[in-house]
Amino acid sequence: MSDAFKVSIGLETHVQLDTRSKIWCGCANVFGSEPNTDVCPVCLGYPGTMPVLNREAVRLTVMAGLMLGCEINRYSKFDRKSYFYPDMPKNYQISQYDLPLCLGGGVEIMVDGQPKNIRLNRIHLEEDVAKNNHFEGFSGVDFNRAGTPLMEIVSEPDLSSAEEAFAYLQALKQMLVYGGISECNLEQGNMRCDINCSVRPAAQEQLGTKTEIKNMNTFKGVLRSLTYEIKRQIDVVSSGGRVVQETRRWDDEAGVTRSMRSKEDAHDYRYFPEPDLMPVVLSEQEIEGWRASLPEMPTTRRQRFVDEYGLPDYDAGVLVADKAVADFFEAVARDAGNPKAASNWMMTEMLRVLSADDLEIADIKVTPAALAVLIRLVDEKAINNTGAKEVFAELVANGGDPKAIVEAKGLAQVSDTGALNTWVEEAIAAHPNVVDDYRGGKRAALQFLMGQVMRASQGKANPPMVLQALRDKLDS
Amino acid sequence: MAKFADHNETFSLAGLQQGTFSSVEWVTDLLQRIERSDKTINAYISTDGEWALEQAKAADQRRASGEAGPLCGAPIGVKDVLNVQGQPCHCASRILEGYTSPYDATAVSRLRDQGAVLLGRLNMDEFAMGSTNENSAFGAVRNPWNPDFVPGGSSGGSAAAVAAGSAWAALGTDTGGSIRQPASFCGRVGLKPSYGRVSRFGLTAFASSLDQIGPITQTVSDAATLLTALAGHDAKDSTSLKQAVPDYSSALKGDLRGMRLGLPKQYFIEGMDQEVEAAVRQATEQCRELGAELVEVSLPHTEYAIATYYIIATAEASANLARFDGVRYGAREAGSDPLDQYGKTRAAFFGPEVKRRIILGTYVLSSGYHDAYYLRAQQVRTLIRRDFEDAFKQCDALLTPVAPTTAYRIGERTADPIQMYLGDIFTVTANLAGICGLSVPCGFSSADLPIGLQILGPAFGEETILRVGHAYEQSTDWHVRRPPLWAGTAS
Ligand SMILES: [Zn+2]
Repeated sequence: MSDAFKVSIGLETHVQLDTRSKIWCGCANVFGSEPNTDVCPVCLGYPGTMPVLNREAVRLTVMAGLMLGCEINRYSKFDRKSYFYPDMPKNYQISQYDLPLCLGGGVEIMVDGQPKNIRLNRIHLEEDVAKNNHFEGFSGVDFNRAGTPLMEIVSEPDLSSAEEAFAYLQALKQMLVYGGISECNLEQGNMRCDINCSVRPAAQEQLGTKTEIKNMNTFKGVLRSLTYEIKRQIDVVSSGGRVVQETRRWDDEAGVTRSMRSKEDAHDYRYFPEPDLMPVVLSEQEIEGWRASLPEMPTTRRQRFVDEYGLPDYDAGVLVADKAVADFFEAVARDAGNPKAASNWMMTEMLRVLSADDLEIADIKVTPAALAVLIRLVDEKAINNTGAKEVFAELVANGGDPKAIVEAKGLAQVSDTGALNTWVEEAIAAHPNVVDDYRGGKRAALQFLMGQVMRASQGKANPPMVLQALRDKLDS
Repeated sequence: MAKFADHNETFSLAGLQQGTFSSVEWVTDLLQRIERSDKTINAYISTDGEWALEQAKAADQRRASGEAGPLCGAPIGVKDVLNVQGQPCHCASRILEGYTSPYDATAVSRLRDQGAVLLGRLNMDEFAMGSTNENSAFGAVRNPWNPDFVPGGSSGGSAAAVAAGSAWAALGTDTGGSIRQPASFCGRVGLKPSYGRVSRFGLTAFASSLDQIGPITQTVSDAATLLTALAGHDAKDSTSLKQAVPDYSSALKGDLRGMRLGLPKQYFIEGMDQEVEAAVRQATEQCRELGAELVEVSLPHTEYAIATYYIIATAEASANLARFDGVRYGAREAGSDPLDQYGKTRAAFFGPEVKRRIILGTYVLSSGYHDAYYLRAQQVRTLIRRDFEDAFKQCDALLTPVAPTTAYRIGERTADPIQMYLGDIFTVTANLAGICGLSVPCGFSSADLPIGLQILGPAFGEETILRVGHAYEQSTDWHVRRPPLWAGTAS
C-alpha cells in the first residue's frame, strides 16, 4: 500500500449468540436441522403472533459489552427496521435503533508489536433472518435461522489496513469465545460482517467516500476483499477518479469486489419503536452481578500463566490464544502437579498434532487426565522420555489409559541396577577405543556409550542411572 | 323450538345456568337464526355449525358434571381478526384466502377454557380499517335496526350479530373506536379495555400500540362477565400488564352517589347531530339523578387527536401488514422475482382502504418526513394522555357521546375518507391514551337509529366505568329494545 494514502475501515460484525432458544420464541437455536423444522408461528411471522424477549440474549449482549469496555444503557429499546425480502418473515426486522444495549468500548489489537485500540461505536441486539437457498430453477427459504439472537458490534473506522481488520476479527472472536457469548463458528455462520472502507490522500483530514462490502463470512475473505478494495480505491483516486458510494459484493472466486447497488437505491428502513415489546430496563444490581460473573479475559489469563505457573510470556501467549487449549493446559497442570511439564507437552507435542491434522483440541482423543498421568509416570521415573513419546502417540491415535499402554507396550523403565550394570559392562567391553577416548578427555565418548546401553535395553533403561553407572565404572 | 318462542326473554346466560335450555338447544336455535338474519345483515363471514354443536355438547356435559363457570355453553361470535386454531382468519381480506390458523389467540383460548361455544367468524372492515364495515372482501354488513344503514365498524359484524340476536355476545377489537362505535350504532354495549388489560396475542395486528380486544354484549353485566374471563397477564404478550384481575361482575353495585362524572367540553361540539347531543345530555342528567355529581372538564388537545391517531395507526399498520406477501400463507400472485411477486400479490388482494393506509403509514415514517409526522404525533399523543390524567384528577369517569352522529346510510361516507375519519373524533382519544371506554345505549334518533353514551375511565379503571354503565342501563330500558331484525324474525 502506498504511504500517500490513508485507509479507514470500520466493521459491522454480526455474532449469533449461544442461547438455547431463539430470541422471540421457544424454538431451538441450533445449527444443521432439517430445513423449516425449528420453526413456529412466531418465527414464521404468522398473523397475530408477538415476540417475547429472551432475557438470556440480553445477558450475553451485555456481557460482551462489559468485556469490551462498553457503557451499558440502563434503558434500551427495540425498533422495527422495514424492508421487503424473502428472508424476513415479517418484512421488518426487530433491531435496536437509537437506544442500543451497549455504547462505546474498544478492541485491542497488536500492530507491529504495539497495542492499538479500535474504538467501538455500539453493540445492539437484533434477530437473525432466514436463509435463502437457490436451486436449479427455484429458490427455497429455510426459516430455522430466523429469530436467532444476533448481536451487531459496530466499530469506528479506526482500522487502517486489511491486516488490522483481520487482527480485529481474531481478537474479537477470541474474547467472545472466552466469554461464552458465541461459539463464533464461521462455518456455521456464527460470525459475519459488513465492511466499510474508504481511502484518502495522507494530507487530507476528512474521510474519503466509503464503499460497503456486505455479508463476509470468513476472516480470510475479509483480508482478501479489503486488500483488493483498498487497491481499487487508491487506483481510482490516483487516476483522478472518484470513488462512488455504493454497496459492493465480494466475488471470492474471481477475487474482486463488484458493484451491487448505489446510494440512490439505498433502503429507507423507516425505523420506529417496536410496539410489541416493552423497553429493556436493566438495574444496577443486575449489571453488577453480570460484571462479577465475567470470565477471565485472554490478556489477564496470559499474565496469570506467567505469574502462577512460571511460564515464559511467549508460551503463555500461545496457550491462551485458544480458550480450549488454555483450559486443557490448566487441567493437565493441576492434575499432574507439574505446570512446566504440562506446558512443554502442550507447546511441543500437542500443538504439533493439532496443526498437523488441522484439529480442534476438542476433537482429540487425549484427555487432560491422561496427559497428566503420563507426566506423573515420567516424574516418577516409571518411564523415560522416549517411552513417554510413544505413549503419547498411542493416546493420539487411540486414546486410552497411559498406564495400560505402558504395560501393553512393555515401556516400563528399567531401574534395576543388576540389569543396568550388565548392559554397562557389555558396552565398555565391546568398545575399548571409545573408553580410551573418554579417559583421554573426550567427553562426547560418554554419549556414545550411553547410546549403546539404551539400545541394548531397547530404550527402557533409566538414563540418569545409566549415566551414573558409566561414570562409576570409567572414572574409578 | 318452543322454548325460544319468546327469544327476547331467554336471551341470557341465566337460561343455561337455571337449566331452562341446554347449550346444544341454544346453539341449534342460533345457527338457524344466523342463517335467516344473515340474508339481510351479513354479520358472519363463516360459521362452523358442526364444530359449534360439538363444543355445545361438551359444555352441556361439563355443566352436568357440576364444574361449569358462568360462560360454560355461552354462544359467542369472534371477529375475523382473531386466530382460532383450525379455523380461517381472513381479516375480511382476500389476501388471507386459504389461510388456516395454527393456534388460538389467548383471548379465544381463555373463553374456550371456560366452555364458551364459538359460533363462527364475524365480518368486519378489512384488517379492522374502517368505521362502517363497508370495507370487507365479504360484503358490507347492514344495521339490524335498518338495513339501509351501516352497523359501524370495524367490528360491524360483531355488533350487528349481537344486536340481531344471532350471538349471545361477540368479541371485537378496538383500535380507534372499533368496538364502541358499532356497539353504539347497533344499540348494544361495547367495552374497550385499557391497553394491556387483555392479551393481544393472536389478534392480527392493525396498530399494535392502540389495539385492544373487548366484548360487545346485550348488557353491561354480560360485558363484566366476559372481561373477567378475558383479562390478565399473558406471557405471550409482553405488553399485557401483570395487574390483578378483579371479579368485574361484583363491581356492578349500587347507584352513583359519591361519584364525580366529568363532561369534557371538547366532546360537545358545534355541528354534531342535535339528536345525539340531546340524548347524551339526557343520559348525563339521568346519571345526576342517580347520585353522581357532574363537572365540566377540559381535554385541550382533543382537536389534534384525529391527525395524531391516523399517523400513528397507519405507521404501525404499514409494518404490521408487511408480512402479507404470499410467501408463507394466504393468496399469491406470481411475479418475475420475489419483490415483483410481493407487489403483484399486495396489489391484487388488499382492498383500497387498506392500501390507502399502508401508503399513508409508509409516508409518515419515510426519511425526511418521519420527524415532522411520526415523531410529532408521538409527542402529541403524550399531551393527550396527560389531558386525561389531569381530567381524572377531577372526576372518576367521563361521559361523552360515542360518535357525533347516528349510523350513516350505506355508501354515504365511502366517497370521502376524511369525513369518515372525522367520525372517530370521540373514540380515538381513549386508544391514544391507553384508557378504557364503554359504550351503552342511551336513546334513539327520530329515524329509529340507536344513540350511544360513552363512559371513559382511567387506565385499569374498568370497574368504575362498568359500575356507571350498569347503574345507568338499569335505570333505562334502551338495552331491552329489539331491532326489527331481531333474530331474523322480520324482513
Ligand atoms: Zn419459533
